[in-house]
Amino acid sequence: MLPRDTISAAINAARAKGQPAIVAFMTGGFPDRISFAKHLHAVADAADVVEIGVPFTDPMADGTTIQRSSRAALAAGTTLKWILAELGAQTPKPKAPILLMSYLNPLLAFGLDELPQAAAKAGVSGFIIPDLPFEESADMRAALEPVGLALVQLVTPVTPPERLAMLCKASQGFVYAVTMTGTTGKNVDLPEEVVEYMQRVKAVSPLPVCAGFGIRSRKQVERMGPAVDGVVVGSALVEVLERGEDPAAFLRGLKAS
Amino acid sequence: MQSLSGQRGSSAAGLALNNEQSTTSERAEMRADLKGLDTAALMANVMNDMYPDEHGRFGPFGGRYVPETLVPALDRLEAGVKRYLRDPDFLKEFHAELSSWVGRPTALTHARELSRRWGADIWLKREDLAHTGAHKINNSIGQVLLAKRLGAKRVIAETGAGQHGVASAAACARVGLPCVVYMGAVDMERQAPNVGRMKLLGATVMPVTSGDKTLRAAVDEALRDWVSDPNGTYYCLGSAIGPHPYPYIVRELQSVIGREAREQMLKATGVLPDIAIACVGGGSNAIGLFHPFVKDRSVQLLGLEAGGLGTGLGQNAASLAYGKPGVLQGCYSLLLQDDDGQIQETHSVSAGLDYPGVGPEHALLQTIGRVRYEAATDAEALDALAEVCAAEGILPAIESSHAFAGAKRWAKQNPGKRVLIGLSGRGDKDMPTLQRTLLKGVL
Repeated sequence: MLPRDTISAAINAARAKGQPAIVAFMTGGFPDRISFAKHLHAVADAADVVEIGVPFTDPMADGTTIQRSSRAALAAGTTLKWILAELGAQTPKPKAPILLMSYLNPLLAFGLDELPQAAAKAGVSGFIIPDLPFEESADMRAALEPVGLALVQLVTPVTPPERLAMLCKASQGFVYAVTMTGTTGKNVDLPEEVVEYMQRVKAVSPLPVCAGFGIRSRKQVERMGPAVDGVVVGSALVEVLERGEDPAAFLRGLKAS
Repeated sequence: MQSLSGQRGSSAAGLALNNEQSTTSERAEMRADLKGLDTAALMANVMNDMYPDEHGRFGPFGGRYVPETLVPALDRLEAGVKRYLRDPDFLKEFHAELSSWVGRPTALTHARELSRRWGADIWLKREDLAHTGAHKINNSIGQVLLAKRLGAKRVIAETGAGQHGVASAAACARVGLPCVVYMGAVDMERQAPNVGRMKLLGATVMPVTSGDKTLRAAVDEALRDWVSDPNGTYYCLGSAIGPHPYPYIVRELQSVIGREAREQMLKATGVLPDIAIACVGGGSNAIGLFHPFVKDRSVQLLGLEAGGLGTGLGQNAASLAYGKPGVLQGCYSLLLQDDDGQIQETHSVSAGLDYPGVGPEHALLQTIGRVRYEAATDAEALDALAEVCAAEGILPAIESSHAFAGAKRWAKQNPGKRVLIGLSGRGDKDMPTLQRTLLKGVL
């Protein structure tokens, strides 16, 4: 199985058990570099896919929580090189497939020639790059293709229908359906339009669809669950780690018992 | 005297060449280095007006690196730009506002005393005389008129020195749209007079306390606002930076500076200047002055970046001098960044130049050698400011004073030459900084 296919397989496996998959986001090197690996394993045990954020100085798609965790991780010296080394050093490997969520510039600085091999070697299955729209992604896709890493495309409530179909077709791993127009971490209520929009995405997507941005509670997961294959939980999990609480217990609490 | 129309005209052969090149042009590869660029071909494309190309690129630079939420909004903006920026009705309204409300054309002033002191023939393009005190108004009124045409419900803007914020607040009041301005907390303190002006003009000023609390953080916050309401909000970006089509829009709206200056120089002196000099932060006033001269190969072009306190990382804001290629805030250009691709904090005494990136067209013009860029330090800029005040009775903005510092250096090395300086704005807004520096202990 190609690395990128492990992502869809994990989401589909969770879905087959009657629950939406949980895609859990954590900022690399946060809350600190020492405890990151311990939390990573706990999160990977409880979630179906893990998204690790590469901290960046200018996270323009992120709300205050992830801005804060990114700043703290950078201040502690977290780099993409460190994250890849830390992931590569894990034995046993984390139990869930791992995606890197990174703004483009740290990836460019690492070098597109070296990045795919280095990421694959560290056990990474794919990338989410929030400031790389499809039209600018040809080089990145070409770089990731030979090692079978996913480049996940995002779609939003304002994506026109033709573009939605194009992005769903182009995506790899899963389709990341952003619940709302806005940055990460807001507490959104999920009106009927959002559920309908998720159903529109599902209807045109050959891949599993995961809803993200503003998902924080079991109530929201239950509401979104029937319409999608998975949910992405980011800022709420980062806040659990900030408070020093148990991330695995929080994630398990999102699923119906 | 050279004819304006003769200079601008494109031959049929030239157009054919354009089309052929544009269909065969390959998408620039996105790399963190610029090895293997064919600078001669890029220069030929610049001379054939081929940039931005259909991908929003200026050679390898530019593009549109934004969250997916903003892609439809930028598509609509691009369609609006194509529809209106050459539309006779729009242009009629825009030019009427430029002349009756902004006060264009702005004067070209012969700087008699600076000419005597520096041993050259010094001319000033007086954007400090434009309404609200800087060139920023050219862009703001144009974009806010465009926002109205596009049906926007509100306008947002970022500001560094406060000049773009004031200009956008004024333009919104004039056109009748609500305006929100994001401004770094550090800049609100050092440009306090402009904060009050924005409020009087009816804008809401949102202090930005994230990131470096200056211009770059203000752009990040404006982008976050826009992501939250991409359909109803128009983002009036103030510099020649950001995702396509902003660098193009800003260049088109600011080129009035260079077009007027070129015509005024020809009228006043009968010839083109030997050199045109402007300060560069994001680069809007510089691209506005330079663009109409780019094809005049006899005219040297010199941009002055903020040299701050020195050449070390974090001591300046000179992205063209010390930057490496990368992506920030929607575009691929030269950035002050570390080896891990993290954006560096910058320093400049002038809030308007205190930015770690630069417009993609400047990155291209430097790469092909059509424009030379140097840095002027904080101290050199403040010295120049004092000299311009004393010699010409003009208080220039600290930003513009960087251009004067560069002009003085160049004039001393090139005696007797004709120098055109872009005086991008007036220095009244800088009084808090000038009280702490030039005037310390005096008043």
